[in-house]
Amino acid sequence: MNYSEDTIAAISTGNVTNSGIGIIRMSGDEAIIIADKIFHSKSGKKLSDVPSHTIHYGNIVDGNEVLDEVLVMLMKNPHTYTREDVVEINCHGGMVVMNRILETCFKYGARPAEPGEFTKRAFLNGRIDLSQAEAVIDLINSKNELAMKSSINQLGGFLSGKIKSYRETILNDVAYIEAALDDPEHISLDDFSKKLLLDIQVINSGLENLIKTSDNGRILKEGINTVILGKPNAGKSSLLNVLARYERAIVTDIPGTTRDIIEEQININGILLNLIDTAGIRNTSDKVEAIGVDKARECASGADLIIYVVDSSVLLDENDKDIMDIIKDKNVIIILNKSDLVPVVDENSFKKIIDAPVISISTKTMDGVDDLEETIKELFVKGKIQINDELIITNLRQKNSLKDALKSLKLVVNSIENSMPEDFYTIDLMNAYEELGKITGESVEEDLANEIFSKFCMGK
Amino acid sequence: MPNVEEKYDVVIVGLGHAGCEAALACARMGLETICFTVSVESIALMPCNPNIGGSSKGHLVREIDALGGEMGKNIDKTFIQSKMLNSSKGPAVHSLRAQADKSEYSRSMRKVLENTEHITIRQAEVSEIIVNDGVIGGVKTFSGAVYHARAVVLCTGTYLRARCIYGEVSNYTGPNGLQAANHLTDSLKANGVEMFRFKTGTPARVDKRSIDFSKMEEQFGDEYVVPFSFSTDPDSVQKEQVSCWLTYTNEKTHEIIRSNIHRSPLFSGMIEGTGPRYCPSIEDKVVRFADKNRHQVFIEPEGNYTNEMYLGGMSSSLPEDVQYEMYRTVPGLENVKIVRNAYAIEYDCINPVQLKPSLEFKNISGLFSGGQFNGSSGYEEAAAQGIIAGINAACKVLGKEPLILDRSEAYIGVLIDDLVTKENHEPYRMMTSRAEYRLLLRQDNADIRLSKYGPELGLVSDEQYNWVLEKQELVKEEIDRLENTTVGCTDNVQELLLKLNSTPLKSGTNLAELIRRPEISYNDLAEIDPNRKPLKRDVVEQVDINIKYEGYISRQLKQVEHFKKLENKIIPETIDYDEITGLRKEAQQKLKKFNPRSIGQASRISGVSPADISVLLVYLEQHRRL
Repeated sequence: MNYSEDTIAAISTGNVTNSGIGIIRMSGDEAIIIADKIFHSKSGKKLSDVPSHTIHYGNIVDGNEVLDEVLVMLMKNPHTYTREDVVEINCHGGMVVMNRILETCFKYGARPAEPGEFTKRAFLNGRIDLSQAEAVIDLINSKNELAMKSSINQLGGFLSGKIKSYRETILNDVAYIEAALDDPEHISLDDFSKKLLLDIQVINSGLENLIKTSDNGRILKEGINTVILGKPNAGKSSLLNVLARYERAIVTDIPGTTRDIIEEQININGILLNLIDTAGIRNTSDKVEAIGVDKARECASGADLIIYVVDSSVLLDENDKDIMDIIKDKNVIIILNKSDLVPVVDENSFKKIIDAPVISISTKTMDGVDDLEETIKELFVKGKIQINDELIITNLRQKNSLKDALKSLKLVVNSIENSMPEDFYTIDLMNAYEELGKITGESVEEDLANEIFSKFCMGK
Repeated sequence: MPNVEEKYDVVIVGLGHAGCEAALACARMGLETICFTVSVESIALMPCNPNIGGSSKGHLVREIDALGGEMGKNIDKTFIQSKMLNSSKGPAVHSLRAQADKSEYSRSMRKVLENTEHITIRQAEVSEIIVNDGVIGGVKTFSGAVYHARAVVLCTGTYLRARCIYGEVSNYTGPNGLQAANHLTDSLKANGVEMFRFKTGTPARVDKRSIDFSKMEEQFGDEYVVPFSFSTDPDSVQKEQVSCWLTYTNEKTHEIIRSNIHRSPLFSGMIEGTGPRYCPSIEDKVVRFADKNRHQVFIEPEGNYTNEMYLGGMSSSLPEDVQYEMYRTVPGLENVKIVRNAYAIEYDCINPVQLKPSLEFKNISGLFSGGQFNGSSGYEEAAAQGIIAGINAACKVLGKEPLILDRSEAYIGVLIDDLVTKENHEPYRMMTSRAEYRLLLRQDNADIRLSKYGPELGLVSDEQYNWVLEKQELVKEEIDRLENTTVGCTDNVQELLLKLNSTPLKSGTNLAELIRRPEISYNDLAEIDPNRKPLKRDVVEQVDINIKYEGYISRQLKQVEHFKKLENKIIPETIDYDEITGLRKEAQQKLKKFNPRSIGQASRISGVSPADISVLLVYLEQHRRL
């Protein structure tokens, strides 16, 4: 018996460097049908009409827009990795393109693969032999753990707070409608649709915004999330400029110049870094600066690599202790900047507190910058820094949930406009509620019954 | 000392709404069935509200009927007022509710039982279950008589160690002062059954002659009465109906309650059982909804035979004197005379997660249970479980597979799945919002959904089932015809549309398209559809609904398809969860406790994550291949 399920898609290459090729894999009953909707082969043939295990050249399109020039590998079941129909799209590497193609797959009917799902299917369909069952379970568990961590990382307090408040509004409205349906002699639904429409409009515009920002948001960017931390005026922005090879950040000798985070993508020996410059960390009474400091802490908690910049001409103080406390469990490179001045801090100053390579550089004279680049490369090659591919797929999953929630809420608006009876609203409202819950990691369970019972007075 | 010793196929303990359906199902399936009740006069007693049905409960009654049960037929014979609730809303939430003549309802059900072949009725208190090596052997009564049976169905309702309480007064009796059953609990516990203690309550009954109805709003029944049972001739239920009355509490009522709240056994701690949040007593409402300055009170007749009236909305366990004082603040009740006091009742029931979806105990083969004993509330919920427990007890004896309705087939499926899968800590009540596929689970199509199970079980006649098949065929044909009957922009079409407040046509269309407009129904189009043949009311209803809500219905059908995949993945009962290393600890414990029947059920247990389900699937596949 085949364990058949809906069609899933994911990026199957953990793309790290800027060069090379990316692969998007789709598996399931509808994989070929979906591929036919988004792939125009140069030969003009449909994938459903060509033999299995063949390669086809053409374009990936979304409607009229051409997204990329690709090779598509068609593999019909059962001789595939999952024993389902599999389509692999070999596109140009680069996260932006791959994301667009993957999203297009979702748009036409695939859903994001769960952590380890290809392997799970391969096993369930008898493709992987029994001795590997344990390994499959481990894979699912570890991938899942990673995915959970990533999703927590990504959900800053702001985003999750927003989504929670949307969910609350939705649940409240559903509970009202359901209570009225359950006890029509006590609770009236007259005019309720007007209130509901207002609530939905607010949520929808919020969701639309979130979807838009997730397109250019930090979390979608490829590469190693590298955060530059340090006290004010340690030379963080100068380091960013040096690495970026141009004046990206404003640099002055006034401590606290950088108040927001500044991002830049740079390529070091083929490794893509997503560099984030932050406000210097110190206790401050300046409100704007304080927000910047908080943001810096938040960035640090989600970073793959932290570059801790220290002004070697000034003694370490309480603020440095704070910083080391934040970063002690992370991948860290310590930079002793201003090596052109008389140093009062050296390697030994950190030894007992934090285990990290220490490099002396001068952003002024460019001394030691090569060492830094070499160290980063080494850390990566040795596998000490790993790019979290779950981060990318989690983000797409979340975006997908946002889109599905929005779609459901639009259906509610439709139902209201077509003056459908109120009980139809709640079906789509609950769908939206569930989708948003996937983002914050909350399940539905008894929420609705609890809400009804706690807010409405009913009964014999 | 010589004792009575007899042998039957099935024993039913209790003849309330669950027990009656269970007994009838077993007997109609040809099994010798003995039923025990503490009082023959209390068969199918309605000790609380005087009505059957209501939101989502009406659905249950329809489903019981489609499976060949009795509740729908019995209320059709004995109702005194009937209403279709939510008729202005979508078809999924239309719900029938009928006021019953309580005494007639009870007598009429008793008559059916007494005249059903294979049923033996016995007035006695069952005090022990007999279990040998995890298999049920029968029951023992308080007098020492032994009844051997291959299956036993427990439907003890609220009678186990029951205690009725108001104010400082507490009686160890069942509802209405009936004898409680004080011994069975010990026997169940001795056999490893985990018990809960729940409570519920009922308002006072008052003398009709002491009520001033001029201060209340009269509530009428529907002009056209729709019967509950698919087999009842609609003409037979068009009769004169009685009225109910609506009035309200006020600040004065609430003040009296607040100043006496310390005398309530609920607040003083005298009651230990857990009560239902959805069915609060009036003192509960006043405390929990302090900002509401009034609550509705429905005055409902208890029957044609009596002057007693039920004070819906004012259940209470306050002392007698406070009851008098508070009721008399309500407009129309200034001089009211109480016939029976309001009271709360506490009783033993089981933790239903000990049951399989067939309602058989996981640990005692052949022992089944249904109704309030399983931690539910309501007559309809009880009857629904009763018929399933009865059918499955009979299937067990006959060596057949159990009947398990899933969440996509019936409210009964939702009810039982919720009971056996979710941890309930209060009496469980059905609600339409609990049914995720409610657009498919309508009260109007219960026969189409469920009649197919009846003939094979011997509970639905072939004749009845053939009509359901024929009806489905007629509906399909008529929808096809409407999809293919085009109308143009002729004068009579445009005139009709204008008359119906609908936009005139710009180009030709078919009749089905017109019915999709919210403001137009099948019957509205008669004058522009000369070729239609006369169809029965229920056929027309199906045509209307299926055309109008087609988009929504097909979406739910798709969801059901997905749901069924996991539901059909059965987990072997012998699975050893300790052996599965990849499961998280919490999931492992929960799975061990629930021992779910399918992957679908497992996925609904709280504390079991999607990743756990993946691990479980991998393990099952590994197991299958070994």
